[in-house]
Amino acid sequence: MYRSQQLAVKYLTAAIALFGVMTIAGLMSAYYYINPNFLFGLLDFNISKILHIDTLIIWLLMGFMGAIYWFLPEEFGIEIAGIRAAELLFYIFCAVVAVVAAVFIFVQYGGSDALGMWLVNQGRKYVEAPRWAAIGVVIVMLVFAYNVIGTAIRAKKMTGIMAVLIIDLVPLIILYLNAFAAYRNMSEDLYWWWWLVHLWVEGTWEVLIGCIMALALMSLLGTSRRIVETWLYIEVALVMGTGILGLGHHYFWIGTPQYWLAVGGFFSAFEPLPLLGMVVHAVYDAGTHRMKTTNRPAFFWIMAEAFGNFIGAGVWGFMITLPQINLYAHGTQWTVSHGHFAFWGAYACGVIGVCYLVLGKVRGATMLDGITWRWAFATLNIGLIGMAGALLISGFAQAFIERALGGSTLEAFIAGQESPSFVAGMYARFAFGLLFAAGYVLLVYDFVTLGRRVPARVAEAVAS
Amino acid sequence: MQIEDPQFWRAGAISIVVVMMIVLVMLTIDSLKAIDAGGSHVPLYSVINQKIGYKFDAARGIDVPTIGEKEPLFGREYSDQDAADLIGKGKLVIQSRACIDCHTFFGNGAYYGPDLTKAWLDPAWKVWTAITGGDTQEEAMVRFLMDPVRYRTWTRTMPNLHLSRDEAVAVVAYLKWLSAVDTNGFPANFGRMSTSR
Repeated sequence: MYRSQQLAVKYLTAAIALFGVMTIAGLMSAYYYINPNFLFGLLDFNISKILHIDTLIIWLLMGFMGAIYWFLPEEFGIEIAGIRAAELLFYIFCAVVAVVAAVFIFVQYGGSDALGMWLVNQGRKYVEAPRWAAIGVVIVMLVFAYNVIGTAIRAKKMTGIMAVLIIDLVPLIILYLNAFAAYRNMSEDLYWWWWLVHLWVEGTWEVLIGCIMALALMSLLGTSRRIVETWLYIEVALVMGTGILGLGHHYFWIGTPQYWLAVGGFFSAFEPLPLLGMVVHAVYDAGTHRMKTTNRPAFFWIMAEAFGNFIGAGVWGFMITLPQINLYAHGTQWTVSHGHFAFWGAYACGVIGVCYLVLGKVRGATMLDGITWRWAFATLNIGLIGMAGALLISGFAQAFIERALGGSTLEAFIAGQESPSFVAGMYARFAFGLLFAAGYVLLVYDFVTLGRRVPARVAEAVAS
Repeated sequence: MQIEDPQFWRAGAISIVVVMMIVLVMLTIDSLKAIDAGGSHVPLYSVINQKIGYKFDAARGIDVPTIGEKEPLFGREYSDQDAADLIGKGKLVIQSRACIDCHTFFGNGAYYGPDLTKAWLDPAWKVWTAITGGDTQEEAMVRFLMDPVRYRTWTRTMPNLHLSRDEAVAVVAYLKWLSAVDTNGFPANFGRMSTSR
């Protein structure tokens, strides 16, 4: 195994650990809606929410990096360039994440000045981490970019997937620089902040996971490079063709000109197309190989990624993306429902799939299968779909009562939050959250034991 | 180049990305003019010296902010520079206390607390002016922000974020300025409908 692949295992392990932290913080955030006195004055909702969404971003980012560090030496046939720096930065990255989490939990708020932004909390959604930590993230990403580009130069080789990845790293890093901004004007702040959030999540990240899935499909199913690269180019064309101006669906109500309603609505309506393409691609590949694979959990999680991405990001996103609907659905639990389903389908399932793929290679299993992964797969997916459904019910109630009937005042907000449908949705979300957490425990148990626990089954499966 | 050739699709992908980026840059240049303070959609910071309203515009078919006669904030009129400084301070307070991780601004943020886009115009402040004993709405808002646990709104209480008076004043000014931004009609019917009727 290459040193880069050993580093990949560390990154994927750290990612799964942070996935657990995200789940706990998510359960806490859900519980505040049921019991508002929970940890009141000690650790309030906003801190729990920050922990939930920031660990979401970091665990997925670590998962992507782990996946690339795994495939990179296989793609180029050599050890990666700058491996020592990458190894060192992994520990620094983990330390930075731990320190920032401790600052959020124990310090929580800084002063309303530049020092507070640099040392404690920047208070901008998803990029709350203080600036010193944001510098750390930039350094990690720069070294990561050097690892990829330097390896291609050293190998004197370039593949289509790697070319897409390298080009994708440029906006990935540049857009993150918005994490340092502090605009006085909220409209300008949100305008550029959406460049970071939307063009990361609905642009560069989609391309990144597209590259990872292309590499995973070649490794898992032996799909030809020609096919995966063709699909990758089609995906890039559709993701960017719809997603760049699809950015406009975030510019409906932030003080921007009215033409964004038409631009954002039109292009966003087509955003499910590339995600549908991925489903077609996945089904095509699976059908070609008659669903036969030596790593069933990886195969199923990658299939879940394709379908989850389409339904969670595509269909759920389409529901609220037209301005006539968004006027009432915007800023409600309806959006939260979409957010949960989209992040899960588009990215989390893919990272878990890569974890299983790597696990199969690390454990040297010729056939990876079992019972536990199926239970983990079922409970995590049912838990997530249940949460998305529950949040959707609450979101419908909120959109109807708070936005449409009440005109979004404080009185209307409270009426919406206290409506029976909203409250029932919050209880159901928490219950499905517990199921999801149980699925996480099963997943970790499976990661630790799979390939070690069932040698007889493995041999039997191989023989058959 | 044949359609089966990956190079065909690569060329297509590059072309689409380039065209879309050019269009986005052009729209951004235009939008930045509109959202600059004093632009067509975002008022100058000194708008805090005037009365703000929100009413239906039949020509545009949406609710729009109205800017009326002089209405001093905290009994004084702010110069352009003082208003800009105060709004800048308000934004830093909002960031330092991570307000956006409970509330939404223009509907963006977290959904545990109410949206603050038009909070300055919320009819509820009439009640809170009486509850806090403030002689003006802005004074009531300051008293609430400095001790929200004392002036509880409902079961989901806002925690005490230990705002100084200067910080609370800056946040109130920020919310007044924010309510004057033209948000293309979001939120719809604000202050004109009630769930208790």
